Amino acid sequence: MNIGLTQFLVLSAALFCIGLYGILVKRNLFSILMCIELMLNGVNISLAAFNYFLPMPDLSGQVMMIFSITVAAAEVAIGLALIFRIYHDFNTVNIDKINNMKG
Amino acid sequence: MNNAMDTVLFYVLALIVIIAACGIVYCKNLVHSALFMTLCFISIAGLYVLLNADFLAAVQLMVYAGTVVILIALGIMMTRRISMDRSNMAERKYTGWVKCISVVLFICLSYIFINFPVPLAKVNTVQDTVAALAQLLLGHYVLAFEIAAVLLLAAMIGAVVLAKGADDK
Repeated sequence: MNIGLTQFLVLSAALFCIGLYGILVKRNLFSILMCIELMLNGVNISLAAFNYFLPMPDLSGQVMMIFSITVAAAEVAIGLALIFRIYHDFNTVNIDKINNMKG
Repeated sequence: MNNAMDTVLFYVLALIVIIAACGIVYCKNLVHSALFMTLCFISIAGLYVLLNADFLAAVQLMVYAGTVVILIALGIMMTRRISMDRSNMAERKYTGWVKCISVVLFICLSYIFINFPVPLAKVNTVQDTVAALAQLLLGHYVLAFEIAAVLLLAAMIGAVVLAKGADDK
C-alpha cells in the first residue's frame, strides 16, 4: 500500500487530538505548554505533507512551517516567562490554585 | 514515497510518534513527559525527511528537540521543590468527557480525510530545498520574514521584562 496524503493527515489529526486531550485534562502549566507544542507539531506535519503531495510549483508550505516554528519559539519564551512570574507570585504552577484575580 | 522501504519507515515513525505523544500525556512524572517529548520530536524530524523537507528536519531537531525541550525541562526543575513523583496527574473529574471529545474529534477528522481525498497530481520534486527556501524567504515572503524578526525581538524583550519583574526595582 502506498503512503499518500491521507495517512499523514490522519497522523496529524491524531497528534492534534492527543494534544487537545492533554491541554484540557492537565493541571500543571508545564504539561499544558508541552501539549500546545504537540498540537503545533501536528499542524506542521500536515503542512509538510500538503507541500509534498499537492502539485505546487515551489516550497510555500515549508515557508509556512518556518513561520509556524518561529511563532512557536516566541510562544515558548513568553510562556516560560509567564510561568516563572506566576510561580514567583503564587508559589505554585497548578492552575487550580491560581484563582485570585488580585495577584 | 513509492517503494516498500518508505512505507515501512512511515509506519514505524508514525507508531513511535503516537506512542511518545501518549507517553507525554499519560506519564505521571513530569520529567519523563519532557523526555518523551524529545523522542516524539525526533521521530517527527524523520517524517520530515520522508517528505523531502530536509532543512525543516534540521530545524525541527535544533529548535524543538534541542531548545524547547531543554527550556521546559529547566523550567520544571526550577519550579518544583519536592519530589517529581505524581507531578503530572490528570484531573479526574473531567477525564471521561475530555476523552470523549478528543476521540469524537479524531473520528470526525479521520472520516473527512479518508472519505474525501484531495485529488493529487504530480508529486512535487524540488531537489535543493535550502536554496529554494532562501529564494522564497528573501523574495516573495520578505515582508513576513521581517515581521517574524520583529516578533522574535518583541518576544525576547517581553520574556526578559516578565521574568525579571517590571514592577520590583
